[in-house]
Amino acid sequence: MRDFWIIVQQTFMSKVKTKPFIITSIVMILAVFVMANLSKIVDTFSNMGGDTANELVVVMADDTLYQTLVEQVKDKDIEIKRSEKSNEALIKEVKDEKIEAFATITVDENDMIAVTYQTNKMMDDNAVVLEEALNVIQTAKQTEKLSLTPAEVQTLFTPIAFDEKNISTSVKSDEELGQASVLVYILTFLIYMTVIMYSGMIMTDVANEKSSRVMEILISSVSPVKHMFAKVFGMGLLGMMQMSVLGIAAYIAFTTNKSVGTIGELFKFDNVSPMTLVYCVIFFILGYFLYAMLAALLGSIISRTEDASQMMMPMTILIVIAFIITMSGLGNPELAYIKWASYFPFFTPLVMFLRVGLLDLPVWEPLLAIAIMVVTIGLLGWIGARVYRGGVLMYGPSRSLKDIKKAIQLGKE
Amino acid sequence: MTLEIKSVTKRFGDFTAVDNLNITIGEGKMYGLLGANGAGKTTTFRMILGLLTPNEGAIGWHGKTISYATSSQIGYLPEERGLYPKMKVEDQLIFLGKLRGMNVADAKQQITYWLDRFDIPQYRKKKVEELSKGNQQKIQVIASLLHKPKLLILDEPFSGLDPVNVEMLKSAILDFRNDGATILFSSHRMDHVEELCEELSIMTHGQQIVQGSLRDVKRGFGKQNVRIKSDFDLTELGQVPGVSHMTKSVEGAVFQIEQEAVANELLTRALHYGPIRHFEIEEPSLHDIFVAKVGKEHA
Repeated sequence: MRDFWIIVQQTFMSKVKTKPFIITSIVMILAVFVMANLSKIVDTFSNMGGDTANELVVVMADDTLYQTLVEQVKDKDIEIKRSEKSNEALIKEVKDEKIEAFATITVDENDMIAVTYQTNKMMDDNAVVLEEALNVIQTAKQTEKLSLTPAEVQTLFTPIAFDEKNISTSVKSDEELGQASVLVYILTFLIYMTVIMYSGMIMTDVANEKSSRVMEILISSVSPVKHMFAKVFGMGLLGMMQMSVLGIAAYIAFTTNKSVGTIGELFKFDNVSPMTLVYCVIFFILGYFLYAMLAALLGSIISRTEDASQMMMPMTILIVIAFIITMSGLGNPELAYIKWASYFPFFTPLVMFLRVGLLDLPVWEPLLAIAIMVVTIGLLGWIGARVYRGGVLMYGPSRSLKDIKKAIQLGKE
Repeated sequence: MTLEIKSVTKRFGDFTAVDNLNITIGEGKMYGLLGANGAGKTTTFRMILGLLTPNEGAIGWHGKTISYATSSQIGYLPEERGLYPKMKVEDQLIFLGKLRGMNVADAKQQITYWLDRFDIPQYRKKKVEELSKGNQQKIQVIASLLHKPKLLILDEPFSGLDPVNVEMLKSAILDFRNDGATILFSSHRMDHVEELCEELSIMTHGQQIVQGSLRDVKRGFGKQNVRIKSDFDLTELGQVPGVSHMTKSVEGAVFQIEQEAVANELLTRALHYGPIRHFEIEEPSLHDIFVAKVGKEHA
């Protein structure tokens, strides 16, 4: 057991001290703080842009309409500028990027307003503002013609009272669902990222030890099986530490920041059942071990770091499929294929977590999935240990899955 | 403590890597294992270390099989050098020392001793990849000696070292032998084996074709060398019956003979041509034996 911990410690320490690890951690923490302060940052930047007046060029004949329009948008961040130039001249100005857009406004004999808005932008906020303002003006004019009182106008525009309630037994309350889906979204992404990152690290680490031939010395003092489990465990500790640091950073970022605004609302999880968080931790750990075992197994049969990316492929494909299924199920987690996928061990950590998070499942469902995962991890550890024993002694251009058989053969000897 | 390898055979599928190998090495003895590449030396070492299990026969250390429980008594220097390139020399040696059952304080003390002895104390805090090949090799050797092993397995310990460092390393290994360690080492350099080993084996294609003490091996070879230095052309002497091989050199020639009587014949004939400057009957070198034995196998 002593040598197990020596390897765990070595795996952990040698990674913690490396520049890439420190830099990734710092970048992740920074990203969390940027997210927490996003609304502030956005405000700062839009204020900076506010120095140049937001002008909208309009071409219109009607003077009173122009006055009303200017009056209508005076609180808005937009300045109406009337132009007498011809349509062609203005088009040229748009093309030359002298102005961003212009609107040609006409009024017909029935006081109906028509606008041709010509712009070079994909999405023009000014168009929306203009349309709204003109709508108000036209409604006012038309209701005046029909001699309706403002109160009557009000009733005309009041929408019906529409209250949607979900009474399905497996769906959670709206508040909880909203918050849970944000949580599921974030955590799915986190699990996805860490699994890819850490199993990649295990694989390159094992390949590195083989290519630098340290492996021969290591396995002459520690059994390969012990070495493999220590590697997986040490890297797991590293992952958990990084995630904890990130979690603490996120907690500080969101609690110290008073003006979190809309994003802060998104990150309120007080309606999420604590079980969801428990499942999150369980699936995170199990997901890690499942993929880490696979990574160590595959890492042991390659002998050069260059081959690692090739071996990563099948693993990456598995986790990407799981990710896509989860994302597609975020809107409707009750679909049949999501249910079935949630029991496939390589998809479980993401897909079952989605279901547990968004639906009120009977307890046996997640427990069954967890049991399947645990059995798979055990099986993978058992096979992995066999492959690893032989794989670490195998050198040469081995990068196909056929070599697994060869490795098991050598491991027996 | 004795290392015993008794009729060990190792097969990988149809391929026999080691065939009926017998080696016994006593305490305080040094044993040389010679062989061309692919002769089965590394497989033999891996079997001794317990990384591979022999198909037949048994390997015993001190009467027991070697397992991870005994790993703190074993020092192993693999042929393919292996160190973490990015790790500092000291951290690396502490890590490997700990794996062999040392505590950190002992490891540090031993590291200081060995770095000083090998004349490289300035590299203690350097990364391994920053060191020259020869110095990396020294670190590797330190890693195998650090925990004062009782059984030393050295695969090509001298390769890549200059003569000064070879001497340094030899004296270190000899110290271990004098302290009673059992040492098994392989080499391509016959002169090193000749100098250090009381007993040796030559392997080729998994077969142990020569085995025994250095003296017996040389006697058993049955051939001797006659070295004659002369200013005259000695080519014709190659035709003398009993000369199995002749190598010409700048100063004269070396004749391989099968019986001592032939030496006299050669001397008489050489003197016919004129005065000679040097005449010597030499024991066959290990090199000659190796080339004759392994060369024959290859042919």
